[in-house]
Amino acid sequence: MRQSFDRELQRLQAEILRMGSEVEEHLTRVTTAFVERDAYTAAQMIAADTSINERRIQIGLDALTLIAKQQPLAGDLRLIGAVMEIVGELERIHDYIKGIGKISLNIGATPILPAFVAHMPEMAETAREMLHLSLKAFVDRDRDLAQRVPAMDDVVDALFNQLYADILAYAANQPQAISHSNQLEWALHNLERSADRTINICEWVVYMVTGVYHEMSMGEYEAPPQ
Amino acid sequence: MTTLAHDPSGGPFAIEAQALNIYYGSFRAVKDINLRFSTHKITALIGPSGCGKSTVLRAFNRMNDLIPISRTEGTVLFHGKNIYDADVDPVQVRRRVGMVFQKPNPFPKTIYENVAWGARINGFKGNKADMDALVEESLRDAAVWDDVKDKLFQSGLSLSGGQQQRLCIARAIATRPELILMDEPASALDPISTLRIEELIQDLKKNYTILIVTHNMQQAARASDYTAFFNMDTDRAGYLVEYGQTDQVFTSPKSEMTEQYITGRFG
Repeated sequence: MRQSFDRELQRLQAEILRMGSEVEEHLTRVTTAFVERDAYTAAQMIAADTSINERRIQIGLDALTLIAKQQPLAGDLRLIGAVMEIVGELERIHDYIKGIGKISLNIGATPILPAFVAHMPEMAETAREMLHLSLKAFVDRDRDLAQRVPAMDDVVDALFNQLYADILAYAANQPQAISHSNQLEWALHNLERSADRTINICEWVVYMVTGVYHEMSMGEYEAPPQ
Repeated sequence: MTTLAHDPSGGPFAIEAQALNIYYGSFRAVKDINLRFSTHKITALIGPSGCGKSTVLRAFNRMNDLIPISRTEGTVLFHGKNIYDADVDPVQVRRRVGMVFQKPNPFPKTIYENVAWGARINGFKGNKADMDALVEESLRDAAVWDDVKDKLFQSGLSLSGGQQQRLCIARAIATRPELILMDEPASALDPISTLRIEELIQDLKKNYTILIVTHNMQQAARASDYTAFFNMDTDRAGYLVEYGQTDQVFTSPKSEMTEQYITGRFG
């Protein structure tokens, strides 16, 4: 009875998925560029943010148009609400990717801490996998999966703590490298926050499926660890 | 067939149906309705055509009695008394449970007389000044006073559709009812008039309990505190599927059937 509306809803979901896949890929690429000191790819990831921002706005406007034209209710309304929130989270995750790209350029030719080379890709891969699973939960309407993903953040947090301690030790031993340490700390923080944003996505997926919203993020790193 | 959330509010309740079954001849139009309506709240009755929601609405002031082949079983408790008891006068019930219909139906009399009539049949004892005050108050409460104050002695039929409907609401509240039953009160009106009626309903709930049958999902979502969803069973009898807070019913209905109906997948 509402075939055209259903098609529009499917199109919105496909747009989210397409944008999410790109964000996933960029998370990996910017991290690899960071540890490999690849300025070219870092610059590409910075430039890609413009297109992500444009798509975030377009998907948001499409969702609003759908509300105006179709007056969705119940599950349809929750889906569109979730789309509007998730698209914002993806856009913010890409801001973090852009930030890591900028930091990579800021650091320039300076070699980075070996611990970063060793562990940052693992941290990024966990964050990427979390994002991938959260989008899978969105498409599959899989509440259980959406509720399982946040636990993976423990891996991200553990690596964050470890690398943060490494940065502090490095800065303490080489006070002339404070600025460099600060850049590394920002990159680390960006990566950690991207995983937190993914938890927000999971929260909206659970809401979309069940109609009940509850916070799963602990927001642990809104301030530096003590 | 499972009825969910029989009692969403916790009361107090203005009126209550218990095991209500209504027949037209041998056909059972609605079955096994158990519903209580909260005082000073607006409850929307929604459902596909033929699900019996208007029949249920009319049961609350015995309007179905006017249909010769209709028969009502069960109980409708109003102030603890079953309004279907043999010693209850349906006219008395209708004075306390007013009704507004889909199509505005002012009497072919003056605007003033349309409103005064309600008070007179309710045994109004005041003088002319008292009646003037009551007519003005009722018209003000129905948000139509400013439109008609300079033409109180013109025919009610001279007004626009939206004004006529508000006049009918003024007529209904002039009898000082406790409940107002509204059967698609805005379905014959343009969008602006519809919104004015919806705003009016919000104002009226301070003093009245309101039950409203509507086909307009957005109207039910906008205008009501509680929503009862009815559907037609395989035997074509209407039954209550879900009853809950409007916010919940329209964002996260408990029943898949409610979901399918309010999202336009059936009905």
